[in-house]
Parts: sequence; C-alpha cells; structure tokens
Amino acid sequence: MSVVLSLFAIAVLVILPLIGTGLLQLEYLFGVIIPYAAIILFLVGMIYRILKWANVPVPFRIPTSCGQQQSLSWIKQNELDNPSTFWGTVKRMALEVLFFRSLFRNTKVELREGPRISYTSDKWLWLGALAFHWSFLIIFVRHFKFFAEPVPIWVDTLQLLDGFFQIGLPIIYVTDAVILAALTYLFLRRIFNPLVRYISLINDYFPLLLLMGIAATGILLRYFLKTDIVAIKELGMGLISLHPVVPDNIGALFYIHLFLVSVLFAYFPFSKLMHMPGVFLSPTRNMANNSRMRRHINPWNYPVKTHTYEEYEDEFRDLMRAAGLPLEKDK
Amino acid sequence: MQDKSKIVIGLLIFLVIITFPIWYNLAGGKATYRPDLKYVTDAKECVAPTDYMTSNHMDLLNEWRDEVVRDKDRVYMSFNGNKYDKSLTNTCLDCHSNKADFCDKCHDYMSVDPYCWDCHIIPEEVH
Repeated sequence: MSVVLSLFAIAVLVILPLIGTGLLQLEYLFGVIIPYAAIILFLVGMIYRILKWANVPVPFRIPTSCGQQQSLSWIKQNELDNPSTFWGTVKRMALEVLFFRSLFRNTKVELREGPRISYTSDKWLWLGALAFHWSFLIIFVRHFKFFAEPVPIWVDTLQLLDGFFQIGLPIIYVTDAVILAALTYLFLRRIFNPLVRYISLINDYFPLLLLMGIAATGILLRYFLKTDIVAIKELGMGLISLHPVVPDNIGALFYIHLFLVSVLFAYFPFSKLMHMPGVFLSPTRNMANNSRMRRHINPWNYPVKTHTYEEYEDEFRDLMRAAGLPLEKDK
Repeated sequence: MQDKSKIVIGLLIFLVIITFPIWYNLAGGKATYRPDLKYVTDAKECVAPTDYMTSNHMDLLNEWRDEVVRDKDRVYMSFNGNKYDKSLTNTCLDCHSNKADFCDKCHDYMSVDPYCWDCHIIPEEVH
C-alpha cells in the first residue's frame, strides 16, 4: 500500500510540471517561483530543526563503544573505536560520515536447521548505501557547472574522472550508472526482504522513488532526450544571481527534473533525510570517552540539599559525647 | 553541558558551503555573461534545423564518424533533400570556420571538452 501511494505521489509530481509547462505555459512558476520557495523552505527548515536539536542538553558521555577504552598504560587502547581525545573523536566521526563504519558492522540473523540461530555479516546494505551517497554527492557537485561562470577547474576534473571510461557520447558518467543501480537495489531490498518490508513506511519508499525519478530524468536529459543546456545554464545563472530569467527553448522534461529536485529540497527538513545533519550528532559516535578523566555535570541537576556526617556531628556533638558515642572530631 | 556552540559552528560551515555558488558568482562578476555565437557564413541553412543542431549536434557528428570510418559512407542526405559530405573539417568548419567564436563559446560556458580536436585540425589555425 505504501509503495502504491508513493508511486502515485511520484506520478502526480511528474504530471504537474508536464501539464504546467507543456500546456499552461507556467514556466515562470516551475522555473523560478517553485525552486526559490523550495530552497527557502530547505534552508529555514534545516536551520530551525538543527537549532532545536542544539538546545538539547548533553548531560553525560555515552561510552557505548566497540573497543578497549583508554586504561592503564600496558593495555592497548582502541583509539578509533573508543577515542578519549578530541582528534580521536574527529577520526571516528570522519569514518562514520564518509564511510558509514557503523553500517559496515551490519549483521543479519538467520534461523538455520537445528534450530540454530546464526549471525552473519551483511555488507550489501553498506555497499548500496555507500554507492548511492557518494554518487549523489559527486552528481550534486558536478551540477555546480550550471551555477558558476567561469566553471571552476575542479568541476572539470571531477567530470573528467567521472567519465573516465569514455564510453558513449556524451560520455557516460560512472556515477549515473552507479546511482541508478544503488537506488534500485535499496528499493528492491525494501520490497523483497520480508523483514525490511514489514518496517517500511511511505516515508521510506517516497524519498527512494523521488531520487530514482530525479536520476532517471537527469539521465534522460543528458543521454536520450537532449535539450538546449546553454538555455538551462542561463536559467541556473539567473536563479543564483537573483535576477531570474526564463529562456523559452527549454523542454518540459527539464521542468520535470527541476520540479522533482525542488520537491526533494522542500521535503528534506520534514523527513528522515535530516539524517544528513543528524549523523554529525550521533551521541555514541561524537563524544570522547573521557568520563574517567573529566567530570561531566548534568545541567539540569536539582540543587540537592545535603547534610553530611561532618555537619551532623557538629550539630549533635555535645549530645553524642554525653551519650558516650564515638566521635570523629572530639574537641 | 550543551554542545550548542559547536552545533552552531557546524551549521554556519554548512551554510557557507551550500551558498557557495552565490559568493562565487558575486566575486567572479560574470553571472550575466551569455555565450554570443558569431556566424561568419552567407549560407542560409545548416545540415539540420537549428533546434536539433543546438541540442543534438554531437549525435550527428558521432553518427557521421561511425558511418564514414566503418562503412565509407560519406554522403549525408539532409532533412530538406540536400546532399552534404560527412566531414567535420570540410562541411561543418567550412561555414563555422571560427571555432573560437562558435564551438568554444558554448563548450567553455558549459565546461564541455569534446575530443573532436584530438584528431581534427582547425583549418584557420593551420594556415
């Protein structure tokens, strides 16, 4: 049901700009107003949610870790998995953010004959996720050529590396093929793995299908239904320099691509896609395990009224002495 | 303890990165630049309609190359029945002899680096 609904939503999102620009001549709406609105929603929503997260107190360290913590000098510390310093934590976070180290430890549980339970390593999800995220990042950065004049040299270099195999014309980018394959795998995994299907919701299927739609329209635009990309760059440069212009020789397919991207940006702050900033705030990954070296005081600690034994003895010393009770301080 | 200051610093870094294209173009001052193609020929028409040539000329050139190199098929019948020699140097560059003011304009603008010129010479530059 969630899959059908998501598919239906994507179909509507494709048909809207198709009718809007193909029949109703709403190029300005789909080329300027909606992209601007989406970007504003993205930035404001993102800032709002992150600041909301930032207000959450961090009372103590969570030393959950996968390795030996710093201890006596003759016990070897696992510095990457259980860092006790700032830079150690930076290294652990870098591995987490860039290479999804936690996901690398993914296991799958199987009930085998016996019955016997077995836990085996399962790297496919890690591989699919890594392939998707890196392709998406490279494609995102490559699109900078539509928003920069002159195009910086590192965008050229990235394009050159991405088209390393020089297959086809225009040269096929490796990331274009990889992102489609990875998204297809991630989607089919949700459909065919009964355990994952059971916990999948519409907000899991929808972003996947949306990204597939964006990748598919982008690939169509580049390789199959080519359009006047100089006009598209004029649109992009107009948007980025806040002097929007809408060239008239841009096809509806481009507006579908742009609209789906706008939807992705607008949807971002309201969805699980917020794991992009969220990964940096993973509590078990971004805190150095230094609880034994530094005292972390809970900021909402109630000021407890204490009455220590010393104070107690001061208060009742005379009575205690009269009763013959032992005193720590007798004067 | 709160990590608010660190998170705000991270947020600022993100905002600088995501708005980088804006600063880049403000600093470059070329945001309004548009490639201006110069036509230096008296010919009235190309081998295919302008719209098609603008977006798909690379397909045509690719087809021509394959047909000439693999099948020795050198004659191109255009959309309105004219015959052309399938040749980048002799047909295309005959009219568009100003590579720097024609081909390169859009290719530079779009950061496209076609490998045509790995083999083909530009007649004007040779002379």
